[in-house]
Amino acid sequence: MKSLEELRALRDKMKSQTDNRSVAGKDETVIKVGMATCGIAAGARPVLDALLDEADKRQLHNVSISQTGCIGLCRLEPIVEVFKDGQKYTYILMTPEKARKVIVDHVVNGNVCSEYLIGENS
Amino acid sequence: MFRSHILVCGGTGCTSNNSIKIYEALVHRIYDEGLDKEVHVTQTGCFGLCALGPIMIVYPEGAFYSQVKVEDVDEIVNEHIIKGRIVTRLLYKETVDEGGNIKALNDTNFYKKQHRVALRNCGVINPEKIDEYIAYDGYEALGKVLTEMTPQQVIDEISRSGLRGRGGAGFPTGRKWQFAKNSPGEQKYVCCNADEGDPGAFMDRSILEGDPHAVIEAMAIAGYAIGANQGYVYVRAEYPIAVKRLSIAIEQAREYGLLGKNIFGTDFSFDLDIRLGAGAFVCGEETALMTSIEGHRGEPRPRPPFPAVKGLFGKPTILNNVETYANIPQIILKGADWFASMGTEKSRGTKVFALGGKIHNTGLVEIPMGTTMREIIYDIGGGCPNGKKFKAAQTGGPSGGCIPAHLIDTPIDYDNLIAIGSMMGSGGLIVMDEDNCMVDIAKFFLEFTVDESCGKCTPCRVGTKRLYEMLCKVTDGTATMEDLDKMEELCHYIKENSLCGLGQTAPNPVLSTLRYFRDEYEAHVRDKKCPAGVCKKLLRYEIVADKCKGCTLCARNCPVGAITGNVKEPHVIDPEKCIKCGVCMEKCRFGAIVKG
Repeated sequence: MKSLEELRALRDKMKSQTDNRSVAGKDETVIKVGMATCGIAAGARPVLDALLDEADKRQLHNVSISQTGCIGLCRLEPIVEVFKDGQKYTYILMTPEKARKVIVDHVVNGNVCSEYLIGENS
Repeated sequence: MFRSHILVCGGTGCTSNNSIKIYEALVHRIYDEGLDKEVHVTQTGCFGLCALGPIMIVYPEGAFYSQVKVEDVDEIVNEHIIKGRIVTRLLYKETVDEGGNIKALNDTNFYKKQHRVALRNCGVINPEKIDEYIAYDGYEALGKVLTEMTPQQVIDEISRSGLRGRGGAGFPTGRKWQFAKNSPGEQKYVCCNADEGDPGAFMDRSILEGDPHAVIEAMAIAGYAIGANQGYVYVRAEYPIAVKRLSIAIEQAREYGLLGKNIFGTDFSFDLDIRLGAGAFVCGEETALMTSIEGHRGEPRPRPPFPAVKGLFGKPTILNNVETYANIPQIILKGADWFASMGTEKSRGTKVFALGGKIHNTGLVEIPMGTTMREIIYDIGGGCPNGKKFKAAQTGGPSGGCIPAHLIDTPIDYDNLIAIGSMMGSGGLIVMDEDNCMVDIAKFFLEFTVDESCGKCTPCRVGTKRLYEMLCKVTDGTATMEDLDKMEELCHYIKENSLCGLGQTAPNPVLSTLRYFRDEYEAHVRDKKCPAGVCKKLLRYEIVADKCKGCTLCARNCPVGAITGNVKEPHVIDPEKCIKCGVCMEKCRFGAIVKG
């Protein structure tokens, strides 16, 4: 390591390794994936992996991604809940591709992916 | 990015309770379940709540599991990690509110009043991974110092912060550095005192175990400030985990070029070596420590010349305590004003204390200076167990003194503690309740200093021994009132004439107990009684004839056959034969045996 810039580059890279190592702050976007038996059977794990991977790629440090238990609508799993700006958005029947789109459109750019929302599909 | 982090405490307390096995079992289970890409298991330094170890925290939920066993690992993985259901039975009960929701850790009594500066990374990062330290702004302060500040600016910043030595004496750190900088000489040294020897103190140990890079970074900053290119960490060989993690940390820092030649591409070069102490308490004294690093027998020498002028190998040297160093990077990054905003006027910042003795929450706490003893003992420490009455707190180990119950509202800082006859010391805080005999406590600490006196100067070598013998007379019930006065006189003589800090402070435990608990001393001398019922020679066990049913249980359990009597008739204890072991009292089902 020969310069302060190198140190800072390493620090930013390592930051994503230690994201989620605290209780989410008030200004953080919280994403929860329903991962009870129903969710896992419907394919929640690849969805979760996609969310983590996409957040990693984009170096998002203000996001807390975790799992939760059964959300209660097993037939619409995998379900992803996004808590942003005091609102709760419930995305249903998720796939890894849809999950990546939610990160890009909703979390990064603030455009809700309404086509996946529960309200639009019930 | 990981969706969840499991932090397992790897401090000495939890390690001695099997936390390594828990960690390994977790790693295996997570791997077997194929979760290792999304769940990260890490071993960290001390969380502080050692009484409830082994401790584990699962983020982002912030679930604080206490007293975890290896057998609990499966349940935690199956329930919490796989299904997202928190295992409530293992939660630290303070973290759960009435509605069953998890409270933030910082809202619990133990953590609420704490403010973690020196301990900020303990229980957060993996001390064996330099990358994690860097993720939490590690080595940023060193980079800032080397590229943006002159050595004088560094010293000015430290001086302005008001940081004082955390080893106990409280000498202003900035001034110490300035002396060393001003001393002429090509070769200078930076040393770190990690020879933490006070009974009941484990602050430095926990910092080295939980955040070794902070100490390394700070020593490099000190090297830049005074113009030194070599540092030594003097650490006790009795701290194997600390030594191991420090060695790993130094190795990693060298690999990254954060120690060695031309750090951050500047002209500054600095390297560090570890020197192990062989277990002598006196080597925590600065001149003795340096003599020991030089390879000689660890004995102090008179000052002046002070180490800043003529220290290690005869060169200008600074020696600071581990905790002092742990504050430095933060002061550089956040500024002197931020640091000076905490604490009291003459004692800035925070102080780490190791809580021990008769207290609920044994562990490590860091509080802003000026917090009262009451807040530490009752609010953070949870008070004395079994509803016993708080009697006194001992700070400063064998060099310090007792703070009696009526002074419990004294705000803690360097000057207040000295004013009431104790001292900050390195931060050991031993709590005593009504069952502790203060004479016995003074005797315990004096026995320690008699043992650890290096023998170089007479007042300490002979004086402490004579003082110890006088204390023995008191606890044996053979002392006279004149002996108490003689004791006090001898205490002052030892303080004034000893060569180094060990002897100069050795009588403090006696002086402070004499000052606040003279009535207990007098009870031993005049009434031949030990009010707390500790000193065996003054104890007498007796059987209350009215309550004794003659069941013979005590007689059968007495190891020396001192109890006699017929079945169904009251028994008697022969005081000549009795060795005061207390077994009879423990065994008696009718409460017929009393001691006094």
